[in-house]
Amino acid sequence: MAEFEPVLTARWGNPDAVTMDGYEKTGGYAALHKALGMTPDAVIDEVKASGLRGRGGAGFPTGTKWSFIPQNTGKPVYVTVNFDESEPGTFNNRELVERDPHQLVEGAIICAYAVRCHTVFIYTRGEFVWPGTVLERAVGEAYEKGYLGRRIVGSDFDLDIVVHRGAGAYICGEETALLESLEGRRGQPKLRPPFPAVEGLYRSPTVINNVETLSCVPHIIDRGAQWFASIGSEKSAGPGVFSISGKVERPGNHEAPMGTPARELLEMAGGVRDGKRLKAFTPGGSSTPFLVEEHLDTPMDFDSVQAAGSLLGTKAMIVLDERDCIVDAVLRFTQFYAHESCGKCTPCREGTWWAARVLERIERGHGRMEDIDLLQDTGRNMLFKAFCALADGAVSPIDSSIKFFRDEYEEHIRLGWCPFREDRELVRAASPRTGGTEGGTAQILPEGRELDLGEVLG
Amino acid sequence: MSRVPDSQTGQLAPLRVVEDDVPSPVLSEAVRRQAERIIAKYPTRRSALVPLLYLVQSEAGWVPRQGMREVGELLGITTAEVEAVATFYTMLKLHPCGRYVLSICTNPSCSLVGGRALYQRAKELLGPGSEQVTADGLFTLEEEECLAACDTAPVVALNYLFFDRVSQQQLEQMIGSIRAGSVPEASRGGVPGELKEVSRTLAGLNGLRPAEGAASDG
Ligand SMILES: Cc1cc2nc3c(=O)[nH]c(=O)nc-3n(C[C@H](O)[C@H](O)[C@H](O)COP(=O)(O)O)c2cc1C
Ligand code: FES
Repeated sequence: MAEFEPVLTARWGNPDAVTMDGYEKTGGYAALHKALGMTPDAVIDEVKASGLRGRGGAGFPTGTKWSFIPQNTGKPVYVTVNFDESEPGTFNNRELVERDPHQLVEGAIICAYAVRCHTVFIYTRGEFVWPGTVLERAVGEAYEKGYLGRRIVGSDFDLDIVVHRGAGAYICGEETALLESLEGRRGQPKLRPPFPAVEGLYRSPTVINNVETLSCVPHIIDRGAQWFASIGSEKSAGPGVFSISGKVERPGNHEAPMGTPARELLEMAGGVRDGKRLKAFTPGGSSTPFLVEEHLDTPMDFDSVQAAGSLLGTKAMIVLDERDCIVDAVLRFTQFYAHESCGKCTPCREGTWWAARVLERIERGHGRMEDIDLLQDTGRNMLFKAFCALADGAVSPIDSSIKFFRDEYEEHIRLGWCPFREDRELVRAASPRTGGTEGGTAQILPEGRELDLGEVLG
Repeated sequence: MSRVPDSQTGQLAPLRVVEDDVPSPVLSEAVRRQAERIIAKYPTRRSALVPLLYLVQSEAGWVPRQGMREVGELLGITTAEVEAVATFYTMLKLHPCGRYVLSICTNPSCSLVGGRALYQRAKELLGPGSEQVTADGLFTLEEEECLAACDTAPVVALNYLFFDRVSQQQLEQMIGSIRAGSVPEASRGGVPGELKEVSRTLAGLNGLRPAEGAASDG
């Protein structure tokens, strides 16, 4: 552990690394030269042997994904880089691109070579105006250097990279929605199969990979699969960039071997802020069930986190301390899912919306004891019942918070307000019980009245 | 336009009848040539739909129906098809907007350290109606979801360039100085341009390669 040397973030201290010059001076594009001297299949085998698993959330083995791409179908093959990063609490892709864009570009080129693709799209989150610009500059430099374009670095391989900007929709990070969006449609997920590997962008075989996943690739080619596999834990190889935020002393991205215990990561971020006690944390963004203090020794790898009852997701720890209201945090996450649900599947569209209303009334002091069961029941009707995992993600914070903090939900309901709020007056002022303002959602519901859609939309 | 309740008070902004169209064409001949260069980046014309809507936004400052009609013509699809897509994406503004979109993140990693209070303060400072456009035409206020910058919470964005760890005082100064005609520099990416300018970047115009025909463009 102690001898771990940063891999993916090694250049972060060097502001020059964003330029072609700076990147090449620190060994950049050596892996591409090496890969072009290998057969495409040998590149796929090397990535397979490294044990690299996708970092976008699902943890699918990357080399295996590439090997699924059928060749000679008469259709072009596409590679799509998923730079839509929008999972709450996750910010590793952004910093990887802002500080070392060529690492991603090089990884994407090697991937394209391996699967015999001639056009790569980098689907960039719309709000990433600056990171997208950093990326466009890097792509421009790669063209100038002959790493992109016709017959790259003297080979007979042609490749273009197109940076495409999204327009503000979390769901477009989901792979099938991303492809729909890239085809100029609403970003709504599609039923799989067919999987994108067989029928993806423009119904052609398509690889979709996360930014961090592809950023690992040059290192695997450069230093070998064995070296990569020796880092991290058995079934989660390699280094990983963990995003740690919320109530910690030093929020930020911290690189560590996959499988580093949550406790050590928390220490890397300086521990819980102001010496407070940890209340709960998400291991992988808001879509992964909360864990609590007793789970701090869990190795942060795909299998161990799952065994602990959650998911590794995007390796994003959102940390709440003892003074933070869990109901309030879950309410805000649920509002996020309600806002971002694409509306295609009824359980997700309706479930997220109504769960938010119910959580809202609990947090604002109008809850009823049955509401807790109602939330769990809503969750049961959403889980695994939609085309994509957004609905499942929405259930995670609700269910896990009830599991660990049911007493806090009950206390809200008993007291008739949130016991954690310092701005209680604000909430009470907006409440009909205290004769507050009109026109909202929760506050137009007198005690004991059923929620009514027409009333809420007023 | 969907109306999103304020995450804190649950209040919906009052429903107002807003403009959704303009009387004259949005895309000039020169801009249409740029549109063709954007379209040429993709295997199908339709893939350029969102980029072209950004191009409309870069001309009009928002996306009026007239712009949707023109984009539909350029791509050979119906206005209804364009509208179905335009209404899906929150960064395409379907009503007149301020020159600066002020986005304040209130997702938990930000609200745990003051994001919501910032948003409430901005609402007070900018006044009612600011979720559409302020009376001086300067601002559109948005309550934002996680901007993937939680390491620098609470995050405020001005035309999508991020300001790190913004205090109440900094927010007040920011709004004040923009009103006085000087736009502060973001934590990364320089001084935010107006929404029209940022929309050009989003349309992909800065990322066009010279080989794609810059020379032929006036
Ligand atoms: C609602 C939703 C949002 C997602 N957002 C992202 C994202 O922003 N970035 C990402 O890489 N993967 C995201 N994913 C996962 C992708 O669908 C896909 O699994 C991933 O991009 C594959 O890349 P990988 O194998 O390299 O992990 C999301 C999934 C869902 C269900
Ligand atoms: S929660 Fe505000 S940037 Fe992530």
